[in-house]
Amino acid sequence: MTVRIERRLTQPHWLKVAVPAGSLVVAFFLIAIVLLATGHDPAATYRDLFEAAFTAPGALTQTLIGATPLIFTGLAAAAAFRMNLFNIGGEGQLYFGTIGASAAGLLLAGHSAPVLIVAMIVAGFASGAAWALIPGFLRAYLSTNEIITSLMLNYVAGLFLTYLIFDSHSYWRDTTSASAAVFPIGKVLPDAANWPTFGSSVVIPFGFLLGVVAATLLWVLYSRTRFGFEVQVMSDSPRAARYSGMRTRRKILAVMALSGGLAGLGGASQVGDFLHTLDADPKGLRAYGYGYTGIVVAALARYNPFAVVLIAFLLGGLQNAGAALQGPDFPSGLVGVMEGMILFTALGGELLVRYRVRFARRRPVVAAAEPKTPASEAAR
Amino acid sequence: MNNSILVVIVASGIAYGTPLLFAALGELLAERSGVLNLGVEGMMLVGAVMGFWAVQTIGGPGRTTLVLAVLVAAIAGALVALIFAFLVITLRANQIVSGLALTIFAGAAGLSSYLGNDLGLADSPAEHQFEPVDPFGLADVPVLGPILFGQTWLIYVSWVLVVVISLYLNRTRPGLNVRAVGESPQTADAMGISVSAYRYAHVLAGGALAGVGGACFSLALTPQWVDGLTGGAGWIAIALVIFSFWRPELCLVGAYFFGAFQALPFTLQARGVTIAPELFQALPYLMTIVVLVIVSSGISKRRLGAPGALGVPFVREER
Repeated sequence: MTVRIERRLTQPHWLKVAVPAGSLVVAFFLIAIVLLATGHDPAATYRDLFEAAFTAPGALTQTLIGATPLIFTGLAAAAAFRMNLFNIGGEGQLYFGTIGASAAGLLLAGHSAPVLIVAMIVAGFASGAAWALIPGFLRAYLSTNEIITSLMLNYVAGLFLTYLIFDSHSYWRDTTSASAAVFPIGKVLPDAANWPTFGSSVVIPFGFLLGVVAATLLWVLYSRTRFGFEVQVMSDSPRAARYSGMRTRRKILAVMALSGGLAGLGGASQVGDFLHTLDADPKGLRAYGYGYTGIVVAALARYNPFAVVLIAFLLGGLQNAGAALQGPDFPSGLVGVMEGMILFTALGGELLVRYRVRFARRRPVVAAAEPKTPASEAAR
Repeated sequence: MNNSILVVIVASGIAYGTPLLFAALGELLAERSGVLNLGVEGMMLVGAVMGFWAVQTIGGPGRTTLVLAVLVAAIAGALVALIFAFLVITLRANQIVSGLALTIFAGAAGLSSYLGNDLGLADSPAEHQFEPVDPFGLADVPVLGPILFGQTWLIYVSWVLVVVISLYLNRTRPGLNVRAVGESPQTADAMGISVSAYRYAHVLAGGALAGVGGACFSLALTPQWVDGLTGGAGWIAIALVIFSFWRPELCLVGAYFFGAFQALPFTLQARGVTIAPELFQALPYLMTIVVLVIVSSGISKRRLGAPGALGVPFVREER
């Protein structure tokens, strides 16, 4: 018997749903093994997890709070990865979103809430986009690999944030209040800059709704416009795009700006919805790694904007439950293990979507054509 | 004289650079075979936690325990790398997403934290740790003393490793084969080299070295266990591989350079000099970007370039 892997010529639609669902089942099965091996009861852990994420009082509200940033960073990754632009700088672009949005909120203090909110959204998007244009420009004009540059810039952005609050007397830093004398903090935004919430039993943050709107717009852009069509062609066949006269460089810049801007919106939402100040604490916003988790969200969603919202909701639930359950029965680190495991099975499952696995009897002709092993090669 | 600022900076650069060097040499091996593994940070953390666990539980004379602990860390790192290798080599998954998944799986909020918690390692002082050695009694020699002789064994091991890997890649048949696999897997395959076997071997070796790099933290630099002990060193190691143009001997220089930048703020602070430390800490990342731009611009591509097939999955049926 040999295993042969052949590329599928057409990908059946049902597989695109069945494989992710199957991956999830396999992941939960594998995690159960890990839990059993370390002396925890998987059934009880899963039940607690589900309750803490979705059914306990107030759980849904917390899950929505956890999901909100993941929608934005997930959309940011999906927008860029669609064009095979591997922008993994969502983390740093989100930081710049918080810097821009908090600057707008502080500068326009005294204006009405709608003005402030719109200004924060615009400033957040613009700052994230500007930070993403650095790797975008390097990629478009100097063909420098955007993966590493965008990754490196995450750390530069994080250090810049620290500089603004901890090591300088920047505009964002609070230098007057009593608590600021003990531990450096950012200025608190005016009340009118707090984004509204909706609902009473389940509180929906404004940022979550903004994320759903952004997902819808991104879907329209990528599947209903010329822009989206050109992005699709460039990702499927860069050569065909060039021969048909599409402007690849401009498109790289546009897509990077869009991707960074979406991550920046995530930063604006963090400031407007939850933090109301510029948070530079290494144990605060920066510890959550929303930008990196967003890439996981986008990959699990297979870069579909609506699926991003759904996956962000589920992962937000997982993270919220992890934070709520933290204790002796729920080991720290389990959330990361679960996220990683789910992603591993989803990435592995992708093989089944793109390829067909066939079990065939070994034929002598095939065996004869096999290459030498490295061992026999090294022995010569 | 041995307390002069330059000597202190170089000596601390070597101490802080050693974990970077181990991890970067490992990543270099993986990248030379054409696989970009962004999971270095995760592998380092698992190496760090398992190395620390070994030191706490094995018992026995300090020296043997420490050697065994380094071995345990290497095996742990390699096992974590095996997951990644299976995904990207056998299942042809996207290397970037898989590498990030590995860091999330194993990293500060993942497996390493889970293990540290389950094995009860936090808040316990280290049973043993690597002490600075002075085999020839030369640590008091001006200038060179503290730099070359007041260091731990791990540093001398890393120097040997640089020479071995350099010779391996340039002077041995398997080493040349690795480079062929990284530059053009199709050609290597036609030559009869098993691309996936070479890639598996070097990704696993990379994981093992990352594990040792992590153990440098938990057994020598900061002998303890806390979540996220390595503090982003894995990402600097990835930068370092590019900064050193994928060459082991330049890795050595680069590691001490980056290590010095990490240690510099503390050194300066101790002497009452206050310059924003973020500036120095950001420099390794900024310099890596500059180097990457130089590497990718047309002029230098031929001599300095990255492995040709870096990050590209090899599918034998689709040459």
